[in-house]
Amino acid sequence: MALELSEPRPLGKPIRRKEDARLIRGQGRYLDDIVLPGMLHLALVRSPYAHARIRRIDVQRAAALPGVHLVLTGQDLAAAGLAWMPTLAGDRQMVLAVDKVLFQYQEVAAVVAESRALAEDAAALVEVDYEPLPAVVDPYRALEPGSPILREDRDPPSNRIFHWEAGDRAATEAALARSAVVVRETVRMPRVHPAPLEPCGCIADYQRATGRLTWYVTSQAPHAHRTVLAMVAGIPEHKIRVVSPDVGGGFGNKVPVFPGYVAAIVAAMRLNRPVKWVETRTENLTSTNFARDYHMTVEIGADADGKVTALKVSTIADHGAFDAAADPTRFPAGLFSIVTGSYDFPVAFAEVDGVYTNKAPGGVAYRCSFRVTEASFLIERAMQSLALRLGMDPVALRLKNFIPPEKFPYHSPLGWTYDSGNYRATLERAMERIGYAALRQEQAERRARGELMGIGVSTFTEIVGAGPSHTFDILGIKMFDSCELRVHPTGKVLARLGTRHQGQGHETTFAQVIAEELGLTADDVLVEEGDTDTAPYGLGTYASRSTPTAGAAAAVAARRVRDKARRIAAHLLEVAEDDVEWDGTRFHPAGTPARGVTMAEVALAAYTNPPPGMEPGLEGTVYYDPPNLTFPNGAYLCVVDIDKGTSQVHVRRFVAVDDCGTVINPMVVEGQIHGGLTEGFAIAFLQEIAFDEQGNCLAPNFMEYLVPTAVETPQWETDRTVTPSPHHPIGAKGVGESPNVGSPAAFVNAVIDALAPLGVTHLDIPLYPWKIWEVLHERGVAE
Amino acid sequence: MEIAVTVNGQLRRADVEPRTLLVYLLRETFGLTGTHVGCDTTHCGACTVLLDEVPVKSCTVLAVQADGSSVMTVEGLETDGRLHPLQSAFSDHHGLQCGYCTPGMLMAAWALLRETPHPQPAEIRRALSGNLCRCTGYQNIVEAVADAAQRMAQEVG
Repeated sequence: MALELSEPRPLGKPIRRKEDARLIRGQGRYLDDIVLPGMLHLALVRSPYAHARIRRIDVQRAAALPGVHLVLTGQDLAAAGLAWMPTLAGDRQMVLAVDKVLFQYQEVAAVVAESRALAEDAAALVEVDYEPLPAVVDPYRALEPGSPILREDRDPPSNRIFHWEAGDRAATEAALARSAVVVRETVRMPRVHPAPLEPCGCIADYQRATGRLTWYVTSQAPHAHRTVLAMVAGIPEHKIRVVSPDVGGGFGNKVPVFPGYVAAIVAAMRLNRPVKWVETRTENLTSTNFARDYHMTVEIGADADGKVTALKVSTIADHGAFDAAADPTRFPAGLFSIVTGSYDFPVAFAEVDGVYTNKAPGGVAYRCSFRVTEASFLIERAMQSLALRLGMDPVALRLKNFIPPEKFPYHSPLGWTYDSGNYRATLERAMERIGYAALRQEQAERRARGELMGIGVSTFTEIVGAGPSHTFDILGIKMFDSCELRVHPTGKVLARLGTRHQGQGHETTFAQVIAEELGLTADDVLVEEGDTDTAPYGLGTYASRSTPTAGAAAAVAARRVRDKARRIAAHLLEVAEDDVEWDGTRFHPAGTPARGVTMAEVALAAYTNPPPGMEPGLEGTVYYDPPNLTFPNGAYLCVVDIDKGTSQVHVRRFVAVDDCGTVINPMVVEGQIHGGLTEGFAIAFLQEIAFDEQGNCLAPNFMEYLVPTAVETPQWETDRTVTPSPHHPIGAKGVGESPNVGSPAAFVNAVIDALAPLGVTHLDIPLYPWKIWEVLHERGVAE
Repeated sequence: MEIAVTVNGQLRRADVEPRTLLVYLLRETFGLTGTHVGCDTTHCGACTVLLDEVPVKSCTVLAVQADGSSVMTVEGLETDGRLHPLQSAFSDHHGLQCGYCTPGMLMAAWALLRETPHPQPAEIRRALSGNLCRCTGYQNIVEAVADAAQRMAQEVG
């Protein structure tokens, strides 16, 4: 149960969320709730083909419909130099197609009309004459000689976008050759979509007289969007105000800039009226950014006792028609090099080839710090395969190979410096919670009766909080984040940050961090995000970076304010500054706790009675450049039973023990873990954006794209260990994505463990019942 | 077409196109933006409202079908400045994160508790199976609804 906002010393307590007061009353203000005077509506015309030349576009009938104000095509945009836009990944993407389309549902024309319905009516009247071309759907085929070249605008013409590698190939191959055991597995993480419940959208409000653009947008990164917009549209950056109102979930979907956004801005500038574009669910699932689509081959080596010797990974990454990932500039494969996980590999090598295909663009980090889910899934699946081959208990294999606590900070063979962790303690906590030994005994008994029960293990390490400026930037902008604090004369606080929450609870949790530092309550601190005119510059909320970056900035800004407050307190108490002590809520002279002053009293003095020579006011602004990333980790154990009659997998229990360092609000952390586990469950069992051979999207709505309901979703059991980050000001690491990163392998490993007596070592996700049905029938054990 | 609908206890009239959906009547004509649109295809339940006390997905009901009926939305849950026990329980149990599904969840839960004042967790999960949430993993929502049921029983008792 939540504690009230008036709770003193709020850090680490389950404080009631401030956001709730408006959201439970239906008083949130999401993008589509905003209506501006004179606002028009934009609808997009989309391609029915995955690959086709455009012979002709006829907009006459659409333009002639009463109430239609504008029809835009790629040719119109080309004339203004806006037919293409840069992606955050350093590629470029068509805004509206000019000569050819490269994926089904690609944006071809835009119609602006008095109402949304009218705009859709008119969009249906735009006639496009296509010449279909052969589609390249399989990413392996895209790299074969003779495959059609999709991006004729690229020089040299190739379907390979990039080749990236990390580690020592020769040493790894040599170590594998010397290893007693080598297991090789191909593991596919299919294309999925974050599918936040609120689709993407924007309102462009341009005032020609002043040249000022106010852009309301479902954005996880408003400042980055402002800068991109200044670069794309050539509008001076100080004349752009980006407002991200309440955001109905993001999960990475709301980081990139989409063609619909640019079309709305162009239309608003042409028409001098506000223009709204909100995508439908089908548009969301088919065009605004998928995730994953990683096709990974792993070789893991070990000696005969199960000590790992080497890891080698080769991956084909299907990016669709444009590389519209939002990875930091130097990381085209994101932070995939966390693939050695929690294990002390002496040597490793990883390579990724990015590939163009005739599918929607993307590669976003879906509840994930840039390809960390793929990496974690791969290593945890590989450890399962290795345990099977060695005939070892998967827990024993992990305990044998964990990076030991004394090795932190740990330098991984692929170049990261892990900050902290106590993997054995975390796993042992999970084993205790679930009763591991008893479960293995029960499993043996059930197996003897021919029953299919499995226990899955995943002991993952994440890498979040991008990131230190020496390594991390997006389009050249360093990935710091920021907090500006103002303490008002009555001791109440306004805090503004460069991040933008989408349900994570920043209005409460960052208030807790600041209140703790200043001796106030969370109620005393108003947190604002999402308006670039008022918030300090920051890179936004994704990749579990808000707490490691902006959360750190908040703590440091509050400490700076407290330093000044201490000097004012010394003046008020008429003692030397060195003689002032802070007890967590008050300053008092050393040894005289009764004669203290509160932060509110100090704040009043800052404006009414500052010490002679001191600048009035009580404010602090911090741009926090993290010295390192943080490495949250966890141990997840999953128990499944498989029904040999129906082929249904029943998740009987799931215990998640997370270590995200210092916990700011345990209620919020638990909520994040529940949500992430549910998305991990969905990825393991339900969600896939599949395509047919012509490149037709087979999951363009929630009938085909299976998002879990309350009925399928298991009951979660959570616990934690706390190993603070040594470099974060309050020791916090970030948690929003850990459960999504760590859990898919736990589910799959449990299913494989259940099927292992039948000789099954691997199945591709999602584990639909028909896949289990096929196995049970092939092995002759179906009932 | 002229229609008259009682919305949250107040009789309201509107002139709508025959194709106008109930959710757009509520959101755009009546300004009740607490009811959200999440999928357009009756799957997600973000648009759930009560039509004559029966939960419906208002993205799949024509506004004209509501003519002469009464509609209750999330804005109608609070009475005399007092939150409905469901609203309080959702906040107490952290049953919401981004809040986009919350109004629909609250209305579906309201309908469940009217029919089943003391639901088991499995019954709550089944009753909410037409309402998708991408943030919470449902567990805290189920706890919130169970707790609200107890609070309502105490209020009546």
